[in-house]
Amino acid sequence: MKPIRSLVLVSSDPESIGRGAQEVHRRLQRAIEAADLENEVVVSMVGDVGRHDALPMVIIYPEATIYGPVTPENVPFLVEEHLVERRIAAGLEASTRELSGRIAWLSARRGTLPAEQRIVLARAGLIDPENVEDYIVHDGYEALAKALTEMTPAEVINEIGKSGLKGRGGAGFPTGMKWRFVSQTDDYPKYIICNADESEPGTFKDRLILEGDPHSVIEAMAIAGYAVGANEGYIYIRGEYVLAQERLATAISQARQMGFLGETIFGSDFSFDIHIHAGAGAYICGEETALIESIEGKRGEPRSRPPYPTTHGLWGKPSVVNNVETIVNVPPIIQHGAAWYRRFGTSNSPGTKVYTILGNVNVTGLIEVPMGITLREVIAIYGKGMQDGASLKLAQTGGSSGSIVPASLQDTPLDFDSYARAGVSLGSGALLICNEDTCVVDLAKVSLNFFKRESCGKCTPCRVGTQRAYQILTAISEGVGTQQDLDDLQMLSENLTEFSHCGLGQTASVPIRDVFRHFRAEVDAHVQLKVCPAGACPMSGQLAKAA
Amino acid sequence: MSAVKSLEDLRRVKEEELERRKARAASSRAQITVGMGTCGIAAGARETMQTILEAIEDENLGDIIVSQTGCVGLCEWDPIVEVAIGQEPKVTYGKVSPEKAKAIMREHIMESKIIRKYVIPAYA
Ligand SMILES: Cc1cc2nc3c(=O)[nH]c(=O)nc-3n(C[C@H](O)[C@H](O)[C@H](O)COP(=O)(O)O)c2cc1C
Repeated sequence: MKPIRSLVLVSSDPESIGRGAQEVHRRLQRAIEAADLENEVVVSMVGDVGRHDALPMVIIYPEATIYGPVTPENVPFLVEEHLVERRIAAGLEASTRELSGRIAWLSARRGTLPAEQRIVLARAGLIDPENVEDYIVHDGYEALAKALTEMTPAEVINEIGKSGLKGRGGAGFPTGMKWRFVSQTDDYPKYIICNADESEPGTFKDRLILEGDPHSVIEAMAIAGYAVGANEGYIYIRGEYVLAQERLATAISQARQMGFLGETIFGSDFSFDIHIHAGAGAYICGEETALIESIEGKRGEPRSRPPYPTTHGLWGKPSVVNNVETIVNVPPIIQHGAAWYRRFGTSNSPGTKVYTILGNVNVTGLIEVPMGITLREVIAIYGKGMQDGASLKLAQTGGSSGSIVPASLQDTPLDFDSYARAGVSLGSGALLICNEDTCVVDLAKVSLNFFKRESCGKCTPCRVGTQRAYQILTAISEGVGTQQDLDDLQMLSENLTEFSHCGLGQTASVPIRDVFRHFRAEVDAHVQLKVCPAGACPMSGQLAKAA
Repeated sequence: MSAVKSLEDLRRVKEEELERRKARAASSRAQITVGMGTCGIAAGARETMQTILEAIEDENLGDIIVSQTGCVGLCEWDPIVEVAIGQEPKVTYGKVSPEKAKAIMREHIMESKIIRKYVIPAYA
């Protein structure tokens, strides 16, 4: 990988091409070579940039400055000003509709390591996770002390409500509201459950939070317990996360010794303790009611909802179930206040989001970004661009049950509302970035393979539906799919959504739905022309034996 | 570790620990931190850590603090080793194999020469 200083993107949708985008691209390349910058600056055509008001557009990262419309004659001035002198090329900027706040935040980060401006990962990679003093020196347990000595439980819940924090485990449910439901019942005992089952393919953010900063989960759960009136907490952690379990166990015993867990914490009359419960490798146990069944020692199958865990949770008692990332947002909100928290992200989705970024980008890893950043920005700034300068075809957000987001949506802000409006979802925290060599049939097939293996078998639509959908996708990828198969797949996808008992089956249809919606022609090519346009499917003409 | 029973207790523990750290930093010449999340360990951070500890023992370097930390996010660059000599800014090395760790101990720790080619680029 060469160290790229700037990334220059030229819009190349048909309208841009018609207005001379290719000539702009050619001249950019020539001007950059003339300025001797070709080793530091990458120029690339990017297809549709999602805005059509000033084409062709030139977007330069990491500043994320948007120029347009740019004519070939503008190019020497643009290169001289922006890339050589590093100033804004005055007069060429496109209007910054919808973009100003986000971009300002990003340019402030230039040249900084990713550890800055973090909320959830503030201490990960900085402190020794097995050293409680390290946590304390970095403001650890101050939020718990503040909550217990200066705030009433109702005030804690209010602050979380006002912060606008929403669940990061996939569904985006407002955390303050969930806590209020549990606090309002008079049924005791109550429980705090931290969902650390994280089993979506490609997600490992919760794992790295737990490994890097285990005390923050403990502190947050204790605050939650105080807020809703619970004295016991469970961390349901994926069985394979051995290191995370060890560090959590160490942290819990340190917290007990120092009095952050146990009786009369910080001299108050509040008591709290935490158990670790390791899962045994079933994806379904991440679903909150199956998780509760599993803690109770039963087979991990989802319950009917309602009643919800907020009233009928663990042992039938009111329970808060929160994702690791969600709950780790709590101590900083209590410590600095809801107004501070709302300075990050967008007005409807405040705060940050932690993602693991993988696939065809130059740099993969763990990132924390403000809500409302766009996929294009994530790829350019954190992924350091597409590998080998390829173009983006799609991204799969949040593991198999997230959405397949086509490149045309790469300027849609990554926040709950904007994504919902575009008919896609953020998922639980993986961004799988795919280039043009990715076949959508193959992607859907791999996803359905996961769901068919992980279906718990309780309800028929999911048990049989995922199996059949996988078989059909396999047939299509072998070049023996029929028109009838496509109709069946469409129907199966609708039935999975409509009739499955829980979120597993309901989201198993998402890859099929998204592929049909955004890439129908490519699927049809497999069936009608017996061609895989991406060249990824076997297309052997034989039906592989369904696994 | 004594029980913390009030906000004042917590502040006191924090102050004492900060004092202890200051004293320790004053009497030590360098601080080395190895990224030990699962990503780091999978890339060989345990071997890297072992090499560093052996080098310290072999060369009798008593004045160096070695610690571990979690994932900082740059999984691509694991194993990651941070070196801070005295009050100088931290230097972050990436893809530190045992061989590179030996070189870092020899050149950066013993001779105060930063090995530029192993440093993660500033805007990585
Ligand atoms: C099949 C399935 C798997 C799930 N797996 C997880 C998981 O691994 N971790 C998680 O936090 N939530 C998972 N969820 C979502 C939980 O049911 C629940 O919504 C979440 O833990 C609530 O926490 P939050 O409000 O903090 O997001 C899963 C849901 C379904 C349907």
